[in-house]
Amino acid sequence: MEKLENSLGELRQCFRSGRTRSVAWRKNQLRAVLKLIHDKEDVIFEVLQQDLGKHPVESYRDEIGVVKKSANYALSNIKKWMAPKKQHVPLLFFPSKGEVLPEPYGVVLIFGSWNFPISVALDPLIGAISAGNAVVIKPSEQAPACSSFLANILPLYLDDSAIKVILGGAYESEQLLQHKWDKIFFTGSPRVASQVMTAAAKHLTPVTLELGGKCPAILDSLSSPSDMKVAVKRIVGGKWGACNGQACIGIDYVLVEDKFKSTLIEILQKFIKKFYGENPRNSGSISRIINKNHFERLRNLLEDPVVADSIVHGGSLDEETLYIEPTILLNPPLNADIMNEEIFGPLLPIITVDNIRESIDFINSRPKPLAIYAFTKDETFKRQILAETSSGSVTFNDVLVQFLCDALPFGGVGQSGIGRYHGKYSFDTFSHEKAVMQRAFFPELEPRYPPWNEFKLKFIRLAYNFDYLGILLLMLNLKR
Amino acid sequence: MGSVEKETKVFDSEAASSMVKELRGEFLSGKTRSYEWRVTQLKNILKMSEDREQDIVKALHSDLTKPELESSIYEISMLKNACTLAIKKLKQWMKPEKVKTSLTSFPSSAEIVSEPLGVVLVISPWNYPFLLSIDPVVGAIAAGNAVVLKPSEVAPATSSLLAKLVGEYLDNTLIRVVEGAVAETSALLEQKWDKICYTGNGRVGRIVMAAAAKHLTPVLLELGGKCPAVVDSIINLKVAARRIVAGKWGCNSGQTCVAVDYILTTKDVALKLVDALKHELEGFYGKNQLESKDLSRIVNLNHFDRLTKLLDEDKVSGKIVHGGERDKANLKIAPTILLDVPQDSLIMNEEIFGPLLPIFTVEKVESSFDVINSGTKPLAAYLFTDNKKLKEQFVMAVSAGGLVINDTVIHLAVDTLPFGGVQESGMGAYHGKFSFDAFSHKKGVLYRSFAGDAPVRYPPYTKGKLAFMKALMSGSILGVICALIGLSKN
Repeated sequence: MEKLENSLGELRQCFRSGRTRSVAWRKNQLRAVLKLIHDKEDVIFEVLQQDLGKHPVESYRDEIGVVKKSANYALSNIKKWMAPKKQHVPLLFFPSKGEVLPEPYGVVLIFGSWNFPISVALDPLIGAISAGNAVVIKPSEQAPACSSFLANILPLYLDDSAIKVILGGAYESEQLLQHKWDKIFFTGSPRVASQVMTAAAKHLTPVTLELGGKCPAILDSLSSPSDMKVAVKRIVGGKWGACNGQACIGIDYVLVEDKFKSTLIEILQKFIKKFYGENPRNSGSISRIINKNHFERLRNLLEDPVVADSIVHGGSLDEETLYIEPTILLNPPLNADIMNEEIFGPLLPIITVDNIRESIDFINSRPKPLAIYAFTKDETFKRQILAETSSGSVTFNDVLVQFLCDALPFGGVGQSGIGRYHGKYSFDTFSHEKAVMQRAFFPELEPRYPPWNEFKLKFIRLAYNFDYLGILLLMLNLKR
Repeated sequence: MGSVEKETKVFDSEAASSMVKELRGEFLSGKTRSYEWRVTQLKNILKMSEDREQDIVKALHSDLTKPELESSIYEISMLKNACTLAIKKLKQWMKPEKVKTSLTSFPSSAEIVSEPLGVVLVISPWNYPFLLSIDPVVGAIAAGNAVVLKPSEVAPATSSLLAKLVGEYLDNTLIRVVEGAVAETSALLEQKWDKICYTGNGRVGRIVMAAAAKHLTPVLLELGGKCPAVVDSIINLKVAARRIVAGKWGCNSGQTCVAVDYILTTKDVALKLVDALKHELEGFYGKNQLESKDLSRIVNLNHFDRLTKLLDEDKVSGKIVHGGERDKANLKIAPTILLDVPQDSLIMNEEIFGPLLPIFTVEKVESSFDVINSGTKPLAAYLFTDNKKLKEQFVMAVSAGGLVINDTVIHLAVDTLPFGGVQESGMGAYHGKFSFDAFSHKKGVLYRSFAGDAPVRYPPYTKGKLAFMKALMSGSILGVICALIGLSKN
């Protein structure tokens, strides 16, 4: 506990000294992040393999590559982002200058998650550093090899009087949350997010909460068989391809018209086999379930006999290797847990509807998800989805790629989160935008001051309308 | 004859829940999505403010003894401007914003779509009960939300007028007013909102955020703080004094979140400043300032007692250099200046929110910045100086919601500047387009085609795919080509 107090004291001191404010410091730290992931690439592959059984291609695509991209993007843009933004000031206040100046919040806390333990810690870190803050990262204890890696390696590359990694579990997290932070960035579940925000409320600490939800994939009728193939291939990639379903923007379930269900299941099975072979357990290209807890949780989702009956592919489990076969279910009961909790695993329910447009009501009757995916060529339907549903983001005809688009804000709404990041949004999420107005002593607007009279009231009314002609006429004592 | 019992309906948790349910149903019908609906409501708010200006002025006078000019200008005109701007710009604000996509998602196009959050709650304070109720509501409506407004019970005439006016002028299926105090506010805070906007103090701000946390509801908190005015030795002390008077007593007798709370200056400037302030005060409010009609009164007995306690503390009671008179019956305290108050006095440690202006002296003017930074971050900070270097230092060193150099309060009238606090003074911002944004969700939308599918995306994973992936993600076309033809570029 005392060690924590000392660390936090050091960080506060460091921030107050102004060291993290200079462009040079920020750029050096960003370059250090790049060097770290370059030098230690193989180690990172190793620890991700250890914690999640992730293949290097997934690890590069979803973790190392993401961090590299973000750091490079920040390095190229940081000067621009840090610059004050001039704002127009009405003529009435001439001569005045107005601008918005971003400044760091101060000492910020980042909670990592276990499913993308490297990128979900380092990507926000890049934002926090770019914005000039001192940082504490609390990686998830459920990914122990990655957490240790971060704790051991970060201090070797980064300025450890300004950036610290604190390891631990629920107890340490609680301890951290007792303190006053200038910002908290959290990635994880809504349940824990609510606790984080409640703790933050005690100190009026602003929060960014990156949560998840049941991200649906709507599969409309696609007349071209090759389009259908591509769509289903992408669905497979979007379900099992990113940490084996354990991803906040992974596809949770699919909505399709009843008449296409057989085709869908057939093509899904085809691609599962193509990607993962006859026995996915041996494929090496699919991550495993993170730990026993989650394995049990997923197993329980399948326990209900009616749910188990709806399995049309897969369903086998192996407790020892924490393996769950890619599983497809057809119309499990809507009141079962599997259709009411975020699955976060390799189980894919297919829900059939008579008309694909019913998907909209189906989605709206559930909490707002982080992402909605829709495979369709119908422009009217696209507009309808956009206008009538609400989610963090919407991607048409693909999956997951919105994550790599730095120009798009990445964040949720409602139960899927508060705030956003990626690209410049990462810089913004760790900045306070300070309004600055500069005035001159001359000229003086007499009507600003009492004692009040009719003339002054008239003047101010006109001033508020920015009715400069009216003001001029009033001053010249002419009536309009 | 039997007595007639009037059944008063209590607005409890159940009533709140059913109201939110109703509003959510109406919201989901899609009515607020249309530009027409939003513009109609905004135009009606404008009409309401114009037609009923006298009623509003009267209510504000009843609640705060606010001078007519302050009501007409600081409340009504400000609000009308917000409406006019929203009406003018709404089409533009509602348009999706196209953004650039990179090689990694080629071919694709992307945009950011603004959508309403849903059903929002606005809780407003007593000091600018008209403006600070309707200004956030304007933002919420512009963004297409359904709104519930809970005005402050400490300004009862305005609260009941708002209930009446909203009932008459706006679409009640989507915009409601709930009057009441702690019980009603608690009932409202138990519900799941899509956003809560609260203007008031830090203590209640924490309660609001904690309630919001249960439902993961985002919040906009406009709080306050001790807004300092640093006064350097300057040529134009007279103008500085006028602007300080305007930004202290001219704003609801100091009962304003951005009012000058206290002054920081050097000893030699302090005495000259006191004289200048006295001179301007007399010019504005006459010799008998306690009775001036151009000054608001203290809102209620609670606050009157709180303020007199600050004045009567032993440490400061001898430091009054101007004013100090009070009239309990009329809840008036004269513009009061105190000189050389000790840093550990009550008046230097809580937000004053009243007509008392302590002057705290420092050795050199730069030390002011340390004094400011030793406290919690205020909503605004002011500096009067001719010195360019000092201005730069101030802007870099002092963290506050907003800063103004050589004036006070006036930045609120510039709607291109975000109005909000930081840390203890709040989170989030509004005014101008920031109001629209505060009540919107910015949804990222990516459009992809079925073509352009790199096999590298899919398992089974191989070393070759790894090389290609690296090249693709680095956005390097050359790297992609090299990887494609089997050469690895490192």
